[in-house]
Amino acid sequence: MCTPDISHISSNDYNFIYEPAEDTFLLIDAIEKEVNFLQRKSPVISLEIGSGSGICSAFLAKEIGRPIFSLCTDINVKAAEVTHTTGKKNMVQLHAVLTDLVNGLLPRLTGQVDVLLFNPPYVVTPSEEVGSTGIEASWAGGKDGREVIDRVLPLVPQLLAPDGVFYMVVIKENKAGELLIAFV
Amino acid sequence: MKLLTHNMLTSNIIKGVSKGFPLKIVASKVEEKEVDFVPEFTARMIPKIDWPALRQAAADLGKPDNLPENVVEKYEENEEFLKKTHHVLMELEVLEGELICPETGRKFPVSNGIPNMLLREDEV
Ligand SMILES: C[S@@+](CC[C@H](N)C(=O)[O-])C[C@H]1O[C@@H](n2cnc3c(N)ncnc32)[C@H](O)[C@@H]1O
Repeated sequence: MCTPDISHISSNDYNFIYEPAEDTFLLIDAIEKEVNFLQRKSPVISLEIGSGSGICSAFLAKEIGRPIFSLCTDINVKAAEVTHTTGKKNMVQLHAVLTDLVNGLLPRLTGQVDVLLFNPPYVVTPSEEVGSTGIEASWAGGKDGREVIDRVLPLVPQLLAPDGVFYMVVIKENKAGELLIAFV
Repeated sequence: MKLLTHNMLTSNIIKGVSKGFPLKIVASKVEEKEVDFVPEFTARMIPKIDWPALRQAAADLGKPDNLPENVVEKYEENEEFLKKTHHVLMELEVLEGELICPETGRKFPVSNGIPNMLLREDEV
């Protein structure tokens, strides 16, 4: 496994965007574990919601090892810009869109996403802290840390291709058990 | 923003808009750069593309590139067609400009190559 190069991101940048952390690497490890399965799907389109530094999508694109159209959204302008650059640095293209979740991509992306990634803002916080477009948006999840997650879940079946897959990071406080049930 | 990305963007998020596609492009800075051509990838992308919107986007950039009016038959085997399509999808990048909603005229800026689809609260 070869972790993407993010040496172009300065410590000052991390005052504005999410610095890859344990949760980021958990998502990367999950992709790494499933890489053979993912390659067999020959994915054409990947979408990451809240790409931050872009490291997860860059990793996916590199591991797939053949062209894939990697769309990345973020609500934070600096994150969208850094994502774009992270792609270039790693010889993959990350197509960044500055938007709230997947606004502007539906209905065109309906049933088209082969791999969907989401490391959400999952921290339990007061509801008022949700909805910024700055660094707070990286973590602020509101009640049960679920307020942003719960806006994404209904979009998932709409976005995924018939054999598409979805990877999301959650913590116990998000009531992970309930989340699974939402999908069965 | 590549024209492939543009081909996926709609302004249907604006309250009351139902046909927010395709967004008209008014570009002030466009870059042309070579990107590896993998015919198989382009072929697999074609069914996902809205062809008239792609032709319109190329025309908006002043680069119609002789794309045929329709996707040709047996395009998987037509390397010349795939190459042209690849060029328009992946090798033209809008760095600065605006995307315009066909219904309301609302402008979405593209800056540093990134389309900004964020709306104000009163627009959703
Ligand atoms: C926990 S960080 C994860 C960043 C990166 N994917 C990673 O794993 O390191 C969550 C990201 O989601 C973004 N985000 C939060 N709310 C969002 C929203 N409504 N729409 C799009 N992105 C959002 C944040 O700006 C942040 O970049």
